[in-house]
Amino acid sequence: MRKVNQKGWFFVLPVLILVAFNALVPMMTVVNYSVQETFGDNVFFWQGLDWFQQILRSDRFHAALGRQFLFTGMILAIEVPLGVIIALSMPRKGFWVPVCLVTMALPMLIPWNVVGAMWNIFTLPDIGLLGYLMNHTLGINYNMTQDPVAAWITVILMDVWHWTSLVVLLCYAGLVSIPDAYYQAAKIDGASNWSVFRYIQLPKMKQVLTIAVLLRFMDSFNIYTEPFVLTGGGPGNSTTLLSIDLVKIALGQFDLGPAAAMSLIYFAITLFVSWLFYTLMTRNDAK
Amino acid sequence: MAKITLDKLRHSYMGDPKGPEDYALKEINIDWQDGGAYALLGPSGCGKSTLLNIISGLLQPSEGRILFDGKDVTGLPPDQRNIAQVFQFPVIYDTMTVYDNLAFPLRNRGVDEARVKARVEEIAAMLEVTEMLRTRASNLSPDNKQKISMGRGLVRDDVNVVMFDEPLTVIDPHLKWKLRSKLKELHQRVKVTMIYVTHDQTEALTFADQVVVMQDGEVVQIGTPVDLFDRPAHTFVGHFIGSPGMNVLPAELRDGRAFFMGEAVALEGAVAPGDGRHEIGVRPEFVSLAERGLRATVRKVMDLGRHSVIDVVAGDTRISAIVEGDVPGQGEAVHLAFRPDQTRLYRDGWIATEKGRAA
Repeated sequence: MRKVNQKGWFFVLPVLILVAFNALVPMMTVVNYSVQETFGDNVFFWQGLDWFQQILRSDRFHAALGRQFLFTGMILAIEVPLGVIIALSMPRKGFWVPVCLVTMALPMLIPWNVVGAMWNIFTLPDIGLLGYLMNHTLGINYNMTQDPVAAWITVILMDVWHWTSLVVLLCYAGLVSIPDAYYQAAKIDGASNWSVFRYIQLPKMKQVLTIAVLLRFMDSFNIYTEPFVLTGGGPGNSTTLLSIDLVKIALGQFDLGPAAAMSLIYFAITLFVSWLFYTLMTRNDAK
Repeated sequence: MAKITLDKLRHSYMGDPKGPEDYALKEINIDWQDGGAYALLGPSGCGKSTLLNIISGLLQPSEGRILFDGKDVTGLPPDQRNIAQVFQFPVIYDTMTVYDNLAFPLRNRGVDEARVKARVEEIAAMLEVTEMLRTRASNLSPDNKQKISMGRGLVRDDVNVVMFDEPLTVIDPHLKWKLRSKLKELHQRVKVTMIYVTHDQTEALTFADQVVVMQDGEVVQIGTPVDLFDRPAHTFVGHFIGSPGMNVLPAELRDGRAFFMGEAVALEGAVAPGDGRHEIGVRPEFVSLAERGLRATVRKVMDLGRHSVIDVVAGDTRISAIVEGDVPGQGEAVHLAFRPDQTRLYRDGWIATEKGRAA
């Protein structure tokens, strides 16, 4: 029998301590809060699963969750096909490659709260470029602080502007790894452009596309800073996504118990949907 | 199936070629007969892949024409030329089954499913991949992937030509000979014109009826494997084909007689009049040890079982000889004899002796 070197465990220890302090301990604190009630002074009362039941039955939570799924669904439906199309139309060789790559990477380099502030100013009806153009030049009434539809369009546009590049760059990486011989063979086999996409480009992009979808799902499902800076969840509650609502409950109302329960439910949903995506997108690979 | 004519074909990768050195392909005129098995043989970078891509239409030649059965196809894209090509590395469609891979070129041309099925099954049987038809192509081993690539090249029976671009590069040595003989067998069965590009003389000589030897974008000789071995038209061919290659010895020409290191060397025939750099070419198979004649020293002896390859030095020229029976030891002084009817004079690389009549 092979002797296993148990000393290896010691090397994992530092990471374990780090993870414990930045993830496990805070997480357990949240679990602790989620089953208790406190009125301050560090006095706690056992509450069982009451908070969970309350959150799961609350209309407010359902509404925020619905908005969250709507938001994530819409940005995925736009960013993934758009990213693939942009990646397909980018040049593979020559002078324009670095130009395109850098241009694509630029939005991702901007901090999230700056993106929110930028779009906020951009859409101001009186001085913002877009706001002024819409209201005063084109004569279309556009004010996202009053109109929920305008607010939604702006939030979605902002995310598409900020994050489509990620899908583009990942897909592009997959595309450039295809040897020329595949395209030449396809030409000789008489394949149509659609067949080339369906049987050569898409299969090669599949792995990176899986990563892109997962990253975009997780990021957009947990999105906070950008919409918070842009709309603050308004007008009314129309753009109050899950994370914004959670912060309102936890820090605005200081309802720590329900907020902790909501965090755990939120976390479980994110985890489950990520697992679902991953399983569905990789299920054919093993065959 | 078609006769293929290359007419004054030239190609340069530069926009504005000035001299002949700017051309990746210098003027090429070839006629390939319908149903023949041809090989394009030459070292890496000699322009054979360029030529292949021009024939398939992946590349537009700078000058000249390509004719299939007398019809000019120079301007046609690959899919309209009705050709098939097998690449150096296996190209398979990962997400499809082996069956769908083989059916792909047929389905793209709107062949009806019954005919597709018949063709795919026939080709699968020829390549011995019938039991794999239902598996996904991405799970195959490299040699099976290359078999499927070949199968896609052979599945259409109406193609003008099937081209192979060093198809055995990625295949394990012990499987190479298997696929090579399979290919030869397939050619005899389907009788399609086939062009096989390789830098491996064994592959070229075993596969082809006619071998086109290329060097630096130029065709140096077209002939049967026997022609290339027996009477190389250029010292390059003599050197490139054969193991070891032909001996090329610096020579002097005086009054129509050739001399190597002061010794007169008998040639196969009269020397064409002219001037230039002269060399004597004789294959190791026709160099023997003799009682007298050219003096040399043995450098190295390699015993290959049936015969030995002896490396000798005469002056500072190395000569190889293949001898059977007793061999001299290393460092020993020997005399060499060249068989006159297999000894030729080359001028600036090209053959300059007439065949047959002894001088």
